[in-house]
Amino acid sequence: MTIDYRPDCLNSINMNIIVCIKQVPETTEVRINPETNTLIREGVKSIINPFDMYAIEEAVRLKEKFGGKVTVITMGPPQAETALREALSLGCDEAILVCDRAFAGSDTWATSYTLSGAIKKIGTFDLILCGKQASDGDTAQVGPGISTHLDIPQVTYVKKIDPALACKGWVRVERMMEEGFEIIETPLPCLLTVVKEINEPRLPSLKGMMRAKAAKITTWTQKELQLDEQNIGLCGSPTQVIKIFTPPQRTGGQILQGEASDIANKLAELLKNEI
Amino acid sequence: MDYLLTEEQKMVRELARKIAEDKVRPVAAKYDASEEFPWDVLKVLAQSDLFAIFVPAEYGGTGGGVLDLCLVTEELSRACGGIAVCYAASALGTFPIILFGNEEQKKKYLPDLASGKKIAAFGITEPEAGSDASAIKTTAKKEGDYYILNGLKHFITNGGDAEIYTIIAMTDKTKGARGASAFIVEKGTPGFTFGKKEEKLGIRASSTRELIFTDCKIPKENLLSKEGMGFIVTMKTFDMSRPGVAAQALGIAQGALDVAVKYAKERQQFGKSISSFQGIQWMLADMATEVEAARALVYSCAREIDSGVKDVARDSAMAKMYASDVAMKVTTEAVQILGGYGYMKDYPAEKYMRDAKITQIYEGTNQIQRNIIALQLIKETAK
Repeated sequence: MTIDYRPDCLNSINMNIIVCIKQVPETTEVRINPETNTLIREGVKSIINPFDMYAIEEAVRLKEKFGGKVTVITMGPPQAETALREALSLGCDEAILVCDRAFAGSDTWATSYTLSGAIKKIGTFDLILCGKQASDGDTAQVGPGISTHLDIPQVTYVKKIDPALACKGWVRVERMMEEGFEIIETPLPCLLTVVKEINEPRLPSLKGMMRAKAAKITTWTQKELQLDEQNIGLCGSPTQVIKIFTPPQRTGGQILQGEASDIANKLAELLKNEI
Repeated sequence: MDYLLTEEQKMVRELARKIAEDKVRPVAAKYDASEEFPWDVLKVLAQSDLFAIFVPAEYGGTGGGVLDLCLVTEELSRACGGIAVCYAASALGTFPIILFGNEEQKKKYLPDLASGKKIAAFGITEPEAGSDASAIKTTAKKEGDYYILNGLKHFITNGGDAEIYTIIAMTDKTKGARGASAFIVEKGTPGFTFGKKEEKLGIRASSTRELIFTDCKIPKENLLSKEGMGFIVTMKTFDMSRPGVAAQALGIAQGALDVAVKYAKERQQFGKSISSFQGIQWMLADMATEVEAARALVYSCAREIDSGVKDVARDSAMAKMYASDVAMKVTTEAVQILGGYGYMKDYPAEKYMRDAKITQIYEGTNQIQRNIIALQLIKETAK
């Protein structure tokens, strides 16, 4: 399959942007079923992965400024449609749900392979935006995985996108580093994962919510995508989860008291015993 | 209680609640202290289309009704009664154009009001014309293609910050109330200036100013309806907007109740939380019941208006009067439950009490509301 890369948008920028999102449980304390090693989702409200909200906002801002279209895509169970409708209410134009039992149990390899297959089916695009990682799995692998499967450049941890070069088929971005940032120029199409410093996501608008409620959401299954069975779902996932557990709470430390020289001796003794 | 809201109304409420929690509550104390106009919050309301909900779809609105307006006002007031009134007062200033504007006027003004690009205000009150609205002295004299306005309006909510004003002025003094007319006046019109900004007990995020008209020349096309219709415009506008004030009172009461319940559960005295004391429980139970009764009345009245019932003066007055009396009572009780903390500005209870008071006064004092209700009763029994 070939991708219609379009580095030739010389006259208008008009970006076609794809945003990949994930529906996650709304909690910072993920509970895990110790027997199945999977997340316990019961009784927890589902939201769009908070990092993906920045990707949506950035895509919508680029569209509002330069024209174009934003397509939001997610892989997940049927209820992930709620996340897509929320993305539509925030200004995305089209939504695609990649949903099939055959995709269940995918790890980051299979997920990024499947999503890249769906993106190939979309065809034309200039930019793919993802949040830097999901708040539940925290792997930060799916974005880079998609770019690898599509064989396009990727820049992770982007905190600023300057599309001034877009008419030449390039984009300049600032990439967050621990201290400072890198400036990277990369040809389009490319994939960027964004950090929360990039913008402040808007709240939905009522007209957006009404439009989203009535919008048609495209669902693609394995039948539409015809992906390599060896690379999808549980059997296409090389990752094997041996054990997932909530780390035990740290116990309080030990405070040594007394004269400095005594403390030093005690400490040396304790350390020796530890080793 | 389930009020059987439509899917769209639930959506409106959910959106307003999110904005109230994320964008209004965090800045409520700041604007209460500074008395600055909350432009940044109003911008968020505009972006979220909340100014569009009470405007017909053909003029850029979403075609919602008075109930939608009430849901938004209630949710905003739960976080800050002052910011909520900046919003609701724009609806008050917009209603005359929706109800009485001709096609040109609607096309010219409503889209910008629906998008929140401009906000509106309504001006009838004068220093010597409060409850007795027929005593207004501002005049509008017709000269050729213009009306010349002279006079002073005061206590005008959104005054100075709004762009579009509906002003009631006398076109024929000899006719008394029937000599009043309604005009659309734009900010920036020569001869239209603003006087002092009032310092207030509550709703301090909202602006309240004098409007001064000195030979202010406005095109005759800005007359709403016909000459002599000023009081009809006012009465019909208030019939529509009173549920909004009632919803503001309702939201303030609910907000205070929320604070009181939370505090009562947390506050430990005599070795247990004060919510375990029957004295506190009964207070909370009464407060919750009265808030719910007010809500039922406000929503019913709003629904009645939306379904096109003509004469709603009595019900609208009842909703406004009851909800605001409940708000005053519930907020006072909330301060009582919080005790010394309730009296201090570090806690949110006292602000609800200060914000509640105005709802018993403006858009017709509660005594005037009782007059309206009683008059209707007497008229009905005379048949």
